[in-house]
Amino acid sequence: MNSVQCIGLRKNYGDKAALDGLDLEVKGGTVCGLLGPNGAGKTTAVRILTTLTRPDGGSASVAGFDVVKQARQVKERIGLVGQHAAVDEILSGRQNLVMFGRLYHLGSKRAATRADELLEQFGLQDTGRKAVKDYSGGMRRRLDLAASLILAPPVLFLDEPTTGLDPRGRNEVWQAVRGLVGSGATVLLTTQYLEEADQLADQICIIDHGRVIANGTPDDLKGIDHLDVVVRSASDLETTRGILGPESEVDVDNRRVSVPVKDRLATLTQVARALEDAGIAVEDIGLRRPTLDEVFLELTGGASK
Amino acid sequence: MTDAWILVGRELRHWARQPFQLIVNLIFPIMLVLMFGYLFGGSMIVPGGGDYKEFLLPGMFAMTMAFGVEATFTAISTDANKGVTDRFRSMPMARSAVVLGRAGADMLDSAANLVVLMACGLLMGWSWHNGPVKAAAAVGLLLLLRFSLLWLGIYLGLLLRSPESVMALQILIWPISFLSNVFVSPGNMPTVLAKIAEWNPLTATVDSIRWLFGNPGGQDSIWLAIAWPLVIIVIFFPLSVRRYQRMSR
Ligand SMILES: Nc1ncnc2c1ncn2[C@@H]1O[C@H](COP(=O)(O)OP(=O)(O)O)[C@@H](O)[C@H]1O
Ligand SMILES: [Mg+2]
Repeated sequence: MNSVQCIGLRKNYGDKAALDGLDLEVKGGTVCGLLGPNGAGKTTAVRILTTLTRPDGGSASVAGFDVVKQARQVKERIGLVGQHAAVDEILSGRQNLVMFGRLYHLGSKRAATRADELLEQFGLQDTGRKAVKDYSGGMRRRLDLAASLILAPPVLFLDEPTTGLDPRGRNEVWQAVRGLVGSGATVLLTTQYLEEADQLADQICIIDHGRVIANGTPDDLKGIDHLDVVVRSASDLETTRGILGPESEVDVDNRRVSVPVKDRLATLTQVARALEDAGIAVEDIGLRRPTLDEVFLELTGGASK
Repeated sequence: MTDAWILVGRELRHWARQPFQLIVNLIFPIMLVLMFGYLFGGSMIVPGGGDYKEFLLPGMFAMTMAFGVEATFTAISTDANKGVTDRFRSMPMARSAVVLGRAGADMLDSAANLVVLMACGLLMGWSWHNGPVKAAAAVGLLLLLRFSLLWLGIYLGLLLRSPESVMALQILIWPISFLSNVFVSPGNMPTVLAKIAEWNPLTATVDSIRWLFGNPGGQDSIWLAIAWPLVIIVIFFPLSVRRYQRMSR
């Protein structure tokens, strides 16, 4: 069963379409990474799915409930971690969790025990009594995540959970999200980083200009990893290009030939052998995960062919 | 209702966590009273004669209510900016709870300020002279004024979310308070300013509470002191509600 479903979802701001017929399906118990550059419509999609914004067209359901007509049922089943850590800065972490717990209508005792459980789960038990304004970015995010999990919701939305964090904070959050996976929850996570989606998601949906342009498992998308070969002498570039095939691109300034590859290791060993046989002096050879830009070029290029 | 109470409790916890802030907020109007009462008091002309401190304190009570707008505004815009409002909206809470909670918290806050300021006034020789019933009616008018300004604060907080606008509001609120009868009687102002001061909603409230407390310079403009806040509520309550609903656009 699909935990999250969007059919032809549209949202306009002025005459600009933030969502232009978005279709999305996330199976229960899986993690979906919604990947796209700034302005692609990720936040808009999350806000509609969490009942914060009304769509202009199309339909969306979460846990089987329509986000417009059954907003209340949806709200009871979701957790939201928005783009900013939405917690009270003056209160302590624990006070925040108790307050949100009570607003979720847990009794005051239950709210307190739940707060302590969550502080422990997210490694905040020692700092639970400090004011949130003294927290690091990573700690805030974890608290934010904890606040979204008070009711252990079956569907969780994370909007760019690591944007603005240093690598350490990012790791903390990744670990926290991994901890959730396996508890059976469905997670929809947006990100601008392919690596992040790759690390966390079972399924990746790439969106741009408010619509899905690619959809698949990380392995599907990893299939378009790049193999880079840097040769010692520019005169070898043409031969190298011949070995790597017609899809390869030559960067003369850096004496580099680069080609998208599907079968990573097999291609690497095969190419390395072919270069050696041809007697080409290789300075560097390696597989490289493509940047988001390259994935886009690949995808949009592929679509126009 | 329970949800709103929990949010009022949040405000009380803010007080407990920031006692220093709380004290500063309470001391500020007291400082103004001391400054105007003792420093400039000698040179102030009170209409119909009488002690300037007796004249000033009711004005300060009303001004404290007006300054409450800033607290409401800051709280509302902070929550909206930090995404806290969105978190509330994504939770299965009563829709009105966020606003009701804010109203409860701010009314409590202003009532506490008023109590402290009145106590200070009593220590400095201000008093009410017409019995407890009229004094209570005066307090009622003050709280009504505060309640109406609550909606102005909520509306502005949702409309202008930036921290810079907090500054602008802080600065604007001064001339608005001065262009009233809080510190001097409009009778002693240049004509144009006097006209503005006479129409300032603060003036109606201050006139009436001076009259009710039996302090100098008062006159019976109770109907105006009730009408002004009602007008403000009628305008800004629906506007605030609409702004809140428009968050889902
Ligand atoms: N409240 C809004 N008012 C006007 N335009 C908006 C609003 N929210 C989003 N947009 C526009 O919609 C597009 C998608 O934005 P958004 O969903 O925030 O993208 P993302 O989260 O992927 O960066 C952008 O062009 C953005 O400028
Ligand atoms: Mg966004």
